[in-house]
Amino acid sequence: MQIGKSRVLALLAVASIVASACSSTAATPTAAAPATQAPVVTAAPVVTPAPSAAPVVDVYPRNQTLYTTGKQWGAPSTWNPLDPNAAMGVVGLQYETLFLYDTFKDTYTPWLALSGSWDSAKTTYTIKTRTGVKWSDGQDFTADDVAFTIGLAKIKALGSNLWTMVSDATATDATTVVVKFSKPAYQEWQQWLYNSPIVPKHVWSGKADENILKTTNENGVGTGAYMYKTHADDRTVWVKNDNWWATAAINLTVGPKYIVDLVNASNNVGLGQVLQGNIDLSNNFLPGIASLVNGGYGITTYYPKAPYMLSGNTAALVPNTQKKPLDDPAFRKALATSINTDDIVNKVYGNIVQASDPTGLLPNFSKYIDTAVTKSLGFSFSTAKAKSMLAAAGYKADKDGMVTNKDGSALKLTLEVPDGWSDWMQAESSIAASAKLAGINIDPQHPTFDTVVADRNRPDSGGTPKFDLIINNDIQIGNTPWTWYDYVFRLPLPNGAGENRNYEGYKNDAAWALVQQLDNTPVEDTATMKSLTSKLQTIQLTDMPVIPLWYNGIWSQVNNTVWTNWPAAGGTSADNLPATWNGYWQMGAILMLTQIKAVAK
Amino acid sequence: MRRYFGRKLLTYGFTFFIAATIDWLIPRLMPGDPVASLIARSGINNQDPAAAAEVVKYYNNLFGLDHPMWQQYINFWTSLLQGDLGRSVFGHGRPVTDSIMSAVPYTLALLLPAILLSYWLGNSFGAIAARRKWLDNSILPVGYVLTSTPYMWLGLMVAFILGINLRWFPIAGGYGFNLEPAFTWLFISDLIGHWFMPFFSLFLVMFGGWAIGMRNMIIYELESDYSRYLEALGAPQRLIRKYAFRNAMLPQITGLALQLGVIVAGALVTEIVFSYPGVGQLVFNAIKSEDYFLLQGIFLFIIVGVLVANFLVDIVYVIVDPRTRVAMSGGKA
Repeated sequence: MQIGKSRVLALLAVASIVASACSSTAATPTAAAPATQAPVVTAAPVVTPAPSAAPVVDVYPRNQTLYTTGKQWGAPSTWNPLDPNAAMGVVGLQYETLFLYDTFKDTYTPWLALSGSWDSAKTTYTIKTRTGVKWSDGQDFTADDVAFTIGLAKIKALGSNLWTMVSDATATDATTVVVKFSKPAYQEWQQWLYNSPIVPKHVWSGKADENILKTTNENGVGTGAYMYKTHADDRTVWVKNDNWWATAAINLTVGPKYIVDLVNASNNVGLGQVLQGNIDLSNNFLPGIASLVNGGYGITTYYPKAPYMLSGNTAALVPNTQKKPLDDPAFRKALATSINTDDIVNKVYGNIVQASDPTGLLPNFSKYIDTAVTKSLGFSFSTAKAKSMLAAAGYKADKDGMVTNKDGSALKLTLEVPDGWSDWMQAESSIAASAKLAGINIDPQHPTFDTVVADRNRPDSGGTPKFDLIINNDIQIGNTPWTWYDYVFRLPLPNGAGENRNYEGYKNDAAWALVQQLDNTPVEDTATMKSLTSKLQTIQLTDMPVIPLWYNGIWSQVNNTVWTNWPAAGGTSADNLPATWNGYWQMGAILMLTQIKAVAK
Repeated sequence: MRRYFGRKLLTYGFTFFIAATIDWLIPRLMPGDPVASLIARSGINNQDPAAAAEVVKYYNNLFGLDHPMWQQYINFWTSLLQGDLGRSVFGHGRPVTDSIMSAVPYTLALLLPAILLSYWLGNSFGAIAARRKWLDNSILPVGYVLTSTPYMWLGLMVAFILGINLRWFPIAGGYGFNLEPAFTWLFISDLIGHWFMPFFSLFLVMFGGWAIGMRNMIIYELESDYSRYLEALGAPQRLIRKYAFRNAMLPQITGLALQLGVIVAGALVTEIVFSYPGVGQLVFNAIKSEDYFLLQGIFLFIIVGVLVANFLVDIVYVIVDPRTRVAMSGGKA
C-alpha cells in the first residue's frame, strides 16, 4: 500500500483544475441550468466561436455530412413509413409522396406523380405517375404501387379515414391510377396527396395486415434521395441515393452525402453542439437564440431580425365551454381581451414568435382571413375593456376586485400546461398575471403531460372533461384552413383518445356544416373557400370557442460553417421550410437539401 | 453453511417477488392513459371515430393493456420469466429489453472502472493519509472538497474546461457522430475519448468519498482497544496496521457492494451532463416522457442488480470476516 509521490502530484493537478473551475464559474452561470428544460441562454459567452475540432479522421467526411437535430425525442425505434412515429426522414428522405406542397405560394409540385386531375363530375381523380423512377432495390416504381398504397389505408390499425370517401383505387396501366370517390372531401384528399408516402407493393404486399405497424422496416426500400445507412440509440444516419430519379428527371441533386440526425440532447449540450458547429441544422427550441444570431457565431435563422422564425402552428387558449362561466361567450371574449399577448411575445419568447391573428389562421392563410370580420369582431388586449365587458355580462367584482360567478360564488379557473414545457409555463404565468388585472382569477398549474391529456380528453363515456383552461397547438402548418376549423368545430364531440379535436366541447351545428362544406370544396375554388372561412370567422369571433394567442415558430437555427445557402427570407432557397420535423420534408425541406452548398475549404 | 445460504436465498426470493409486484403496480396507478398520451404526442388524429377506436385498440393490445388487471399481472410474470420486460410506450412498442441492452454496455464501461479504480486508489490513499500527518493535512481537505462538490457542477466544469475551452474531448455522445462501430483503432480511440470525461468526473468524486471513509475508519481502528492491547504487548506497528486495515475494510466492502448493486441504474447526472447513452440517460428520458413501462423494466433490472450484489457480499463476508463464519456455524463471536 504505497502511494508514490507522482500520484500525489497528479491529485494536486486535479485539485488545481477544480480550483480554476471555481474561479471561472462567476462568468458562467450556465452551471445552474439543470438538464431538464431550463433556458440556457447564458451559456453563450462560454463558447469560443472558432471551431478547431479534435483531430479525429472522419468516416463521414465533415464537408459531405449534414448534422441535424430537433425531430427525434428518444431513441429511434421504427423506420416504418406508415407509422406516424417513424424516425426522422423516413417520410421525405427515404419514402416520397405524390406531390410536394409549397406553403409560401400555395402550390403543389408534382413529385412521384406527374399530374393529378379531377374529372368534370369531380368524383374521379386520375393520377399519372412518373416514369423512370426506381425503388432503391432496383425495381421500377409503377402506378400499381400507388394503388396498393391507397389500399393499405383500409388496414384498421393505421386509423385512416380515407376509405370513408374513396370507393375504389385501381391502376389502369403502368402509369395511371384511377381513384373513385363516393363522397369526395377535396381538402383532405389534397392533404393525403402530399402527406402520404408511397410504399413498394413488392415489399409490403406480404405484410399488409393488422400487424403492419409491427414491422420496424430498418433497411427499407424507398424511392427517395436518401437510403438508410445505420442507426444507434442517439442517431439515425442516411446516405445519398445516387440513383435518385429527380437528378435525371428535374435536374435536382441533394448536397450532403450523409445526413446524421441526432436524438435531442439536453439544452446545454444541444446549444453547445450548434455553437461549436457540430450540428448544422437544429430544429429545437433554443431560448434566447435571438442574441446568438447577432453574436458572431455564424448562426442564422430564417429572418435576420424579429420574428426570426417562420410560424408553424397556432398556440391557443382552450376554454372548457361545458363549464361555468366558460360556457358564456361574453365571459370568453372578456377573457380573450384581458390577455396581454405582446407580453408573451416579448418577454417569454424574446420576439422569436408572433402574436396570432384573432382568427388563429397561420400567416400562410392570410388570404382566407376576412379583415372586415376581424376588424369588427376581433379582440385585442385592453384590461379596461375586459373589465367593462365582464361588468356588462353580469360578472360582479368582489371587494378584492376579482370577479365572481353570477351566483356570487368565488371564481377560480385552473390553467394547465405540461410540466417541463418551460416557454409555455412562463406564458401561463403571463396569462394569469394579465387576466388578474382584469379581475379574472387564473391558477396556473403544470401537471405531467399524461395528466394534461387525461384532463383534457372527454371521458369515453361522454360527459365533461376535467380541465378549465389549457394551451394547445395541435394544428401544424399545411395546405388547407379546413384543418384549423375542423379542430375548432368538430362534431360530434370526440370521446376518449384518438380524436384530438374540439377539446373545448363547443357545439354549433351550423358551424360544423360549414366546416364539412369547406372540406368538400375543391382546393382550386378559393372563392368558395373564402366565403366559407369568412362565415366561420364570424361564428368563431362571436362565440370565441378558442382564444388564439401566438404562432409557435418553425424553430430553425443553422450554422453556416460547413453548409450555407439555407432557407432565408429573400434568398434563393426562401420558399423551402427549414425543418426536419414530420411532414416538413414534403413542404419544401427536401428542396432545401438541393439548395444548400458546402463551404469551400 | 447450506442453511445459511438457503435462508438468504429465500429472503432474496421473497424480496424480489414483493419488489417486482410493487414495480408492476406503480405504472398502473399513475394518472393518465399511456395510449392516449402516445396518440396525443404522435399527433395522430382521426376524423372517423371508428378509425380512432381501432388505433386505440391496436396500442392497447400491443402493450397488453386490453386484459383485466389480474390477467395483466399473470402475464407480467410469465413474460418476465421468459426475459421479456414489456414494451416501451415512448419507444412506440420497442421492447424494453432492447433499450436496456443497448445502454448497459456504456454504463458498465463507465461505472465499473470508475468505482473499482476509485475504490482501490481511494482506500489505499485514505489508509496512508491516516498515518502521515502532512498528507492528512494537505491532501485530505481536497478529498473533502471533491466529495462534497455538487456533482452536476463538477461535471459541467469538467465539460466546460476539457470539452469546450480546451476542446480535448467531445462534449456529447458515446462515440463520434461521424463514425460507425468498427474494430478499428480510430473507432476505439474515439470511444475512449468520449468515455474519458464522464469517467474522470465520476472518478474524482468517488475517490474523495473512499479516501475520507478509509482514513476515518483506520484512525478509529488504531484507537480501539485491540490495537492498544497489541501495542502494549509490543507488537510491531506493521502488524497492528494490518489488523486495523482488515477491520476498516469491512464497511468499505459493504459500501462497494451497494455501489455495484445499483451500477445498472447508471450514473444519471453524469450521463445527462455528457449526453452519454447509458442507463442513467434512459431513466431520465423515461421519467421525462412518463414512459412508466420502460421505467418499470429498468427498475426490475436494478432490483435484480441490488439483490445479486448483496448476495455476493454475503459470500465475500464469509470469506473475509472470520466472525461471520463462526456465527454461521452456530458459535458465538
